[in-house]
Amino acid sequence: MTRETNEVTPRVKDLLRFITCGSVDDGKSTLIGRLLHAAHALPDDQLAALADDSRRFGTQGDDLDFALLVDGLSAEREQGITIDVAYRFFATAKRKFIVADTPGHEQYTRNMVTGASTADLAVILVDARKGLLTQTRRHSHIVSLLGIRDVVLTVNKLDLVGWSREVFEGIEREYREFASHLDFERIVAIPLSALRGDNIRERSAHTPWYAGPTLLDQLETVDAADHGSDGALRMPVQWVCRPDLDFRGYAGRVLGGRVRAGDAVRVLPSGKQTRVARIVGFDGDCAQAQRGESAMLTLEDEVDISRGDVICAADDPAGVADQFETTLIWMDDAPMLPGRPYLVKLGASSVGASFGPPKYAIDVDSFDHLAAKTLELNGIGVVNVSLDRAVPFDAYADNRDMGGFIVVDRYSNRTVGAGLVHFALRRSQNIHWQALDVDKQARVRQNGHKPCVLWFTGLSGSGKSTIANIVERELHARGVRTYLLDGDNVRHGLSKDLGFTDADRVENIRRVGEVAKLMVDAGLVVLTAFISPFRSERALARSMVEDGEFVEVFVDTPLAVVEARDPKGLYRKARRGELKNFTGIDSPYEVPETPELRIDTSTQTPEQATTAIVDALVARGIVRALA
Amino acid sequence: MTNLSHLQRLEAESIDILREAVAECERPVMLYSIGKDSSVLLHLARKAFFPARPPFPLLHVDTTWKFRAMYELRDRIARESGFELIVFRNPEAERLGINPVEHGSALHTDMWKTQGLKLALDQFRFDLAFGGARRDEEKSRAKERVFSFRNAQHHWDPKQQRPELWRLYNARKHPGESIRVFPLSNWTELDVWQYIRAENIPVVPLYFAAQRRVIERDGALLMLDDERLPLREGETPQLRRVRFRTLGCWPLTGAIESDADTLDAIIREMETARTSERQGRVIDRDGGASMERKKAEGYF
Repeated sequence: MTRETNEVTPRVKDLLRFITCGSVDDGKSTLIGRLLHAAHALPDDQLAALADDSRRFGTQGDDLDFALLVDGLSAEREQGITIDVAYRFFATAKRKFIVADTPGHEQYTRNMVTGASTADLAVILVDARKGLLTQTRRHSHIVSLLGIRDVVLTVNKLDLVGWSREVFEGIEREYREFASHLDFERIVAIPLSALRGDNIRERSAHTPWYAGPTLLDQLETVDAADHGSDGALRMPVQWVCRPDLDFRGYAGRVLGGRVRAGDAVRVLPSGKQTRVARIVGFDGDCAQAQRGESAMLTLEDEVDISRGDVICAADDPAGVADQFETTLIWMDDAPMLPGRPYLVKLGASSVGASFGPPKYAIDVDSFDHLAAKTLELNGIGVVNVSLDRAVPFDAYADNRDMGGFIVVDRYSNRTVGAGLVHFALRRSQNIHWQALDVDKQARVRQNGHKPCVLWFTGLSGSGKSTIANIVERELHARGVRTYLLDGDNVRHGLSKDLGFTDADRVENIRRVGEVAKLMVDAGLVVLTAFISPFRSERALARSMVEDGEFVEVFVDTPLAVVEARDPKGLYRKARRGELKNFTGIDSPYEVPETPELRIDTSTQTPEQATTAIVDALVARGIVRALA
Repeated sequence: MTNLSHLQRLEAESIDILREAVAECERPVMLYSIGKDSSVLLHLARKAFFPARPPFPLLHVDTTWKFRAMYELRDRIARESGFELIVFRNPEAERLGINPVEHGSALHTDMWKTQGLKLALDQFRFDLAFGGARRDEEKSRAKERVFSFRNAQHHWDPKQQRPELWRLYNARKHPGESIRVFPLSNWTELDVWQYIRAENIPVVPLYFAAQRRVIERDGALLMLDDERLPLREGETPQLRRVRFRTLGCWPLTGAIESDADTLDAIIREMETARTSERQGRVIDRDGGASMERKKAEGYF
């Protein structure tokens, strides 16, 4: 077990993650195989298997075909293309390397984006015989877009053009000219032959005119790791640790800056301010935790923090917003549909989201802005996103981990896109929620009951207002602080500018939801009596308050019954065509699928319904039972 | 700010993955195979949730053919670590008396491990299972995601893998589907040993070289751990100084000749090794795409 070199791996080395990209047949897989071989990362039995594979599938005659080593899946080996991103590992005396080998085939751009998202540096391959290709430009653009600032341009297969200095320098010149439009900080061009190993590790005798580093030299010495390591503290809370009543810790990865015990921090989105008490470690408390580390913090004050909140430096907090301009990269066969509900995961927050129509799509070959109504697979565009609630964020350019998000399809659960936050719209990131000392909990203690929304829904004339009115009287008699928001009354004031089109109904319910939310925060039991015919708007109102604070009461009275009752004569008018968009007649009522309560007015009197509703509030712990 | 070392970065990433997975699923479990990777994974889990206990049990899918020293460590860990340990044996394999000697490695592995694992996950309704697999182990592993999805039949479809960007893992799944999560995806064998030394993690003594009773069969050195393996003609047990790089069922795991009897010696040996880790595994040898096929069928 001896080896020709006698290097000893030191215990501590750093880690460089890089991505290789290039067009089909530029020799990417061969280059990686060559790097692994040069770094002695290829064991004898794998080499033997490779020799065997090379004879069966290879394209290099009796020579080793390194491409076969990297193309791991059998489908790929048979087709000769790399269809999925593969990760490879090797180490030299100075560094450990993780290589993302990404496909050159156009359809698989999404894999390149994936590989680039975690890379510190990109190795871009160009075939000396072909020069820069569309793919080279496309990949360089993606790499730049994803925030990689260090590039190694390898001009490969130089042996096939007679080791021509002119060819090499021509390609280098053309690339630098092209890349001047991109955000790279450093480009190093290296002439090589991956197949023969020239300028991989040892300097090649064929390129006496080249004075720069070999590829491994460059990878070992470049200071590309940890871009943006400066900056203020960011730690999204992944998991709240409560082993017993005395300990409450917040677990997360430090994604920016560093944290020490005693540091003043601000918790977003609540805006609460406190100090770090301890950084808890398995082997005792730690003095600090820096970017990249996983930490467990305790805070000096008891602050209500849940998964997705971000602990930030008090003097330099992240923004909080629910609307952003973003660059969106689409990764799914089904195109992005503006207005369709998706899920966005940013940091440790998962929130409902929808996209506006693209402002423009980007032609990654020419950088031209193109008009687009949607984004197809591998499409890249600038798009506004609107989230169901505000989340902490930074611009992607400032912090990749605080400004990069994925898009998930709600039905297939597939990851269908990736986005980069540019900035918040409406400049709402500069308005921090003012944290107030008297909060909902304090009001709950004073009131002696919990707040909630009792959301009555049902057809016009079903008895919503009647029942809600009796319920409020009963609650009031029990000392519960209440408020009834009635449909007709709200229409006379808050929503008097709105009509009855679908869009206006949606806006009306949104306003009522916001008002109900404020009243819940004020500690009240809010009763709302609106037809609220659409499931999505009822879901919206539900999402505005906390879990358990929304009680949907479906007042279920068949259309024939309400039409026969017709207390306000509205159904007759609607049938005569004098009232447009009347629910149940020419506008749909979407029946609740899982309401908390269903009142059947054909079998229950309003008084019986009231008893059922009040009992339900007692059972949910919102109001106390009568002694 | 100083750069983190490669071990610090790997540790931080693994802890991140463990916490994220626990936050996103209902009923997690950690597969515990008693090997070095499992030992590291278990240690990382204790760190990730400290001072709380990791919020999941350990599951050992037993084959009844592990080395005795492995069972000893397993039982010690169950006593000392505070984890709940579930030992599961496929009742069908037990009933049929499936063993590697009479039935061969393929059937033995399929019945005890592949089918056993599926049955255990279904029976306990686990929706997420941590495993210690690493991408550097085998070619098809190199393309596996950290969060790897299985359909209700526990099958893996390499063409339907979700892209994984930044540190964002999409853990959403339909009812009946499950996720395998591999927190050690980016570790290499050498990283594992360096970390075991740095953190003083207990491992099965068979990893260290000692005089052991072995026979040579089909080019592999098999250690006779008990009397269940009938000797073939011409095979005579002999004492050799050997150790194991990987541990599985004892008649299916070859030893290597070695003098490395300390962690430092193992790491030195690793840094100059010219053979790959799984080369002692008999089950990997049936054809180049063998592991990919086993995985598609539900093997971990």
